[in-house]
Amino acid sequence: MSTSPASPANAPASQRTISAEIEQLRAAWTDGDAQPLIDYPPYRSSVLRHPTKALHPADPEGAELVAPVFGHSDVDPLEADLTIQDRGEPIGERMLVTGRVLDGEGRPVRHQLVEIWQANAAGRYVHQRDQHHAPLDPHFTGTGRCLTDADGVYRFVTIKPGPYPWRNHHNAWRPAHIHFSLFGTDFTQRLITQMYFPGDPLFDLDPIYQSITDPAARDRLLATYDHDLSEHEWQLGYRWDIVLTGGHSTPMEHPEEHDA
Amino acid sequence: MPELDPTPGQTIGPFFAYALPYDRDYELVRPTTTGAVRLHGTVYDGAGSPVPDALLEIRQADGAGAVPTVEGSIRRDGTAFTGWGRCQTDSAGRYSFTTIAPGGDSAPFVAVVVFARGLLHRLFTRAYLPEASASSSPFLASLEPRIRERLIAVRDDDGGLLFDIHLQGELETPFLTFPGEA
Ligand SMILES: [Fe+2]
Repeated sequence: MSTSPASPANAPASQRTISAEIEQLRAAWTDGDAQPLIDYPPYRSSVLRHPTKALHPADPEGAELVAPVFGHSDVDPLEADLTIQDRGEPIGERMLVTGRVLDGEGRPVRHQLVEIWQANAAGRYVHQRDQHHAPLDPHFTGTGRCLTDADGVYRFVTIKPGPYPWRNHHNAWRPAHIHFSLFGTDFTQRLITQMYFPGDPLFDLDPIYQSITDPAARDRLLATYDHDLSEHEWQLGYRWDIVLTGGHSTPMEHPEEHDA
Repeated sequence: MPELDPTPGQTIGPFFAYALPYDRDYELVRPTTTGAVRLHGTVYDGAGSPVPDALLEIRQADGAGAVPTVEGSIRRDGTAFTGWGRCQTDSAGRYSFTTIAPGGDSAPFVAVVVFARGLLHRLFTRAYLPEASASSSPFLASLEPRIRERLIAVRDDDGGLLFDIHLQGELETPFLTFPGEA
């Protein structure tokens, strides 16, 4: 791990120190910061990995105006069910996660790729670099893909991920989350983010979540439990809509097709 | 005015490598294709160290300047040019796409988006072809020369396009913001 200028060499900061830094930066919040601060020292790995110069305003041109197109040749519908990727069933709370992908004007992003990845119920990723002493689940890889339908709706069946420790500071734990990768109609709408679950006790302690200093914007990363999505003796349901920035006023029309 | 507030970004984190990369994600064309060229470089942090856990994606026009809207980027059939690719950096921070030079009448570029562990929100930039100049693009003309040159790929000895990305520091890559972004 890289050391931080704010702590003595190689001594991991305490949660108290990180929380105090989070509190300071929260106090500096001004209305309008809807995105994370990319310069956010409580997240130690961000220190050397953010630009310090102002972003250059540009009008999107050419390829930037057109998102890549994905279709049924790219994504098998079975990839949206993370509980059936092996011969056996994964351990954990089975759940449906669904919602709509929209642009800033509320228009659905149709027939577009959504990718997710997550830890298993014990908080462990399949990734080789995950050193957490929690069991791997032989029946769970934690990766999924789907295409949105004609209303911009995505649907994944998965199990609820566990929180997991990381090495940002001493006794650091990430709130449970699912990583989401999203495309819009324009390439400039490309987004990778994380979905969280309501009421997680780790929110206040987590510098990645708190890097979004606007409380209303932070809330937009929370799924809501929706009992109408739950199924009797089968699964719980969560709803989470995603709104992408921008999108030009005359969205490209893709050929309509009926979803299987 | 947008009606809906945008969903904020978050870092791609450390564990994307088993989820997002896939077979031939970096290969927009086969290396044997006429005009195939490597677009490659290294991603560096503010200390000049390579970033081994970044993910880059590119979007570009074809050789005639048309932006493809065909599917098939994930299960590539080796013939369709989809104009989109993905590449994670290796342990030395290097990435390499196999593609063709974008065409077009003004100043063609490859649009690039960068994700990395430690980077809390994605960054956009452009890799212009070596022939690009201030006179060929109003956007390039609007930039100071030393900023402009960092957006222009360098022709390497093998005829490839070299485009290093510096997330921070003296050589920091110019990153872009577009209208309508929060
Ligand atoms: Fe994660």
